[in-house]
Amino acid sequence: MIRIEPRAPSPLVNLAVPVLAALVALLLAAIPLALAGADLGQAFALMWQGVFGSLFTVTETLTRAAPLILTGLAAAFAFRARLWNIGGEGQLYLGALAAVAVGTGAISAPPAVMIPLVLLAGALAGALAMALPALLKIRFGADEVVTTLLLNFVVLLFVQMMLEGPFKDPMGMGWPQSEPIVDAAMLPPLVERMRLHAGLLIGLVLALVLHVVLGRTAWGLRIRAVGENPAAAAHAGIPVGRTLIGAALVSGGLAGLAGVGEVAGLKGYLTADLSPGYGYAGIVVAMLARLSPLGVVAAALFIAGVFVGADSMSRAIGVSSYLADLVVAIALLTVLVGGFVSQYRLVRVRAGGEGA
Amino acid sequence: MSQTTEGGTVPPRAGAGEVVLEMAGLTKRFGAMLANDRIDLTLRRGEVLALLGENGAGKTTLMNLLFGHYLPDAGQIRVADAAGALQPLPPGAPDAAIAAGIGMVHQHFTLAHNLTALDNILLGTEPLFALRRDRRAARARVRALMERSGLAVALETQVGRLSVGERQRVEILKALYRGARILILDEPTAVLTPQEADRLFETMSAMAADGLSVIFISHKLREVLAFSHRILVLRQGRNVGGMATAEADEAAIARLMVGEESPPPPAKREAPGAPLLVLDGVTLPGEGARAGLDGVSLTVRAHEIVGIAGVSGNGQAALAALLSGLAAPAAGTMSLAGREIRRFTPAGFLEAGVGRIPEDRHHDGVVGAMTLSENLVLEELDTPEVTSGGFLRRGAIRARARAAIADYDIRAPGPDVPVRLLSGGNIQKLILARVFGRSPQLILANQPTRGLDFGAAGAVVRRLLEARERGAGVVLISEDLDEILGLADRIAVLQGGRLAEARSRDRGAIGMMMVGQAA
Repeated sequence: MIRIEPRAPSPLVNLAVPVLAALVALLLAAIPLALAGADLGQAFALMWQGVFGSLFTVTETLTRAAPLILTGLAAAFAFRARLWNIGGEGQLYLGALAAVAVGTGAISAPPAVMIPLVLLAGALAGALAMALPALLKIRFGADEVVTTLLLNFVVLLFVQMMLEGPFKDPMGMGWPQSEPIVDAAMLPPLVERMRLHAGLLIGLVLALVLHVVLGRTAWGLRIRAVGENPAAAAHAGIPVGRTLIGAALVSGGLAGLAGVGEVAGLKGYLTADLSPGYGYAGIVVAMLARLSPLGVVAAALFIAGVFVGADSMSRAIGVSSYLADLVVAIALLTVLVGGFVSQYRLVRVRAGGEGA
Repeated sequence: MSQTTEGGTVPPRAGAGEVVLEMAGLTKRFGAMLANDRIDLTLRRGEVLALLGENGAGKTTLMNLLFGHYLPDAGQIRVADAAGALQPLPPGAPDAAIAAGIGMVHQHFTLAHNLTALDNILLGTEPLFALRRDRRAARARVRALMERSGLAVALETQVGRLSVGERQRVEILKALYRGARILILDEPTAVLTPQEADRLFETMSAMAADGLSVIFISHKLREVLAFSHRILVLRQGRNVGGMATAEADEAAIARLMVGEESPPPPAKREAPGAPLLVLDGVTLPGEGARAGLDGVSLTVRAHEIVGIAGVSGNGQAALAALLSGLAAPAAGTMSLAGREIRRFTPAGFLEAGVGRIPEDRHHDGVVGAMTLSENLVLEELDTPEVTSGGFLRRGAIRARARAAIADYDIRAPGPDVPVRLLSGGNIQKLILARVFGRSPQLILANQPTRGLDFGAAGAVVRRLLEARERGAGVVLISEDLDEILGLADRIAVLQGGRLAEARSRDRGAIGMMMVGQAA
């Protein structure tokens, strides 16, 4: 008989496991690559080139990472409170919609006012989108996995309706897209003539802030306590419902900011295909990061790199670009297994001597 | 109370049948605790045996050994085969126990709610890969069984729609369908109404007359005296005596259950002071089968430990929730230090100087994934000693954790170890440090020494006595009568949600109150 025993945490293991898992995932990706008939050495070299080959590829990877950091933080923060926010995608779109609502000429002000205003509007919209499922959970016990997931579709249809209606750009040649964000509200680019925008900085700063909040503030401690053991938290006088609402607002706000970044940092206007699933990918990022805010940055960079690298590699040698999805999925599995290995160990025991 | 039974259901005086079950020297340890200590037991054909004892006396463990859920550390079980010859039962194999004709009905039923009663009865008896189920024949067999046993159930109704009493009948039919000749019932009446309970026992008596042997676990003396043939009493894992029911009387059974020796009275102390806690006519609904509180009045004064004795499920959970601030009374009032409480929240109670030692220290006491120092300050995150400007004062918290580790003898590698890695005793010491670090005026100690070794239990007792010395009031809820007799200045007994003060410290009298008999 084999028994599973908890083991003492070690910082080294906690750091090594995700890194090893990512490497193992890349190695395992060699199997489908080989099956697809690719020259492995060439394929991995092309992947590397696709990420680190030039300033352009590096900034492209970072551009891709910017929304993933924010949606990853959104998921990680909520998950720490055991609030399963699967609605990052919808919150991202509502954030983008709010940014468009205030940023396309309705208000005219200098950038120092416009940019914070657009960010605030987006964060607020995302936060409210997450507040509803959280309230339903606390008040009626509604499963937030279901409500947040389904709200994604509601929000996306709502955004499409808005883009066909009040938000439709009259100059858009009939395309369902919003008016462009005014220049004063656009997030400044970080590198000359590249697409990389200030959304990345916002994500990095917020990752640091959340790291401090979770580890060093009373509020962060409350969130962790509510997440890990709500009964004990309630017994110790922590207001469980209020704490969950707070976590929900922050989580939704982060996902909303991701939407602002995409629309006011990158595209300049809103369409219904703004996000290729960044909200959902944020969940993967959070799990890879094992819900650590700083880990989210690393995981977002890894996933962005895999996508950008696999993309350019698949174009160059003609294997399916779904390979990137495969690597990400394998990485998720290896990290989950690795997480288990780092928390528990298997002990062989003799038969007998086992009680309740 | 008389021993005659109502309704003419006096069981036949069986006992002359051949032996169908023999347990010899059964011993089972859980860690340092001896749950069963060399227990011998024989059961005859057609006999109804009542197994009595306080919570934790080892009754359920013994039955789980018999049914193969647990492996015994020593001892042997022999069961009569179809021919009547005693055969050794392979230990730790429920399927072997079923094959030998042992059926068990657990306290918590093991039924699939979305299946019909018939499917639940048949579940597991049909071959896994059969192409066709012969439900008609199976139904006929179950019907015949129902007729013979008098256990009537709507077979085509989903179990989820059946009443608790009907579900229990399904469980019993399930056991009989598998050919049980020995039926074990673990506290069968705990969830039944008195009428359902009487009906169950009438059926059991009839079936025993028909040759079935029954062992049932119970806390209720009335039904034990009315329906069993023989009584066996366990105390602290040992078989402390048995008798024919015809020769038994309540006082003798109560004495066997709680033991003879009286611990020394509590050490000399200061006279009780001002009332710290006053409950007046508090009523609180219970959860599920567990009793709530029914018009409970209680006063706890400074320099006083009040022991709440009783068998669990009689309102202890509701009383603890009330005194923790987790539940508000439906009727009646509660005052702390002379001020009536209107808002029942744990935070408000903490502020009012109530310290709470929860019954389930893992579930309600600590957050296992968080560190020792974080758990230590969990109840006072708003105080300037712990936070400043919303930030944790990590240096101060760690220093405090180190002090607590030293003062309370918490065996831990350091303040940053996750609490899930600590043993139960050390978790309890951590909770003691948290509770007593605030010098609470009123302390709720709910089963504070359960499952602890001597060292940790001693620490709990010492802290409670110190708190009393200091002028605190203590409410000590415990199922361990020895603990209450050793610590409490006054004793009250919770039974069926009602609280009654014990007039004497006599174990027998308190034992009678615990099982619902007026002393």
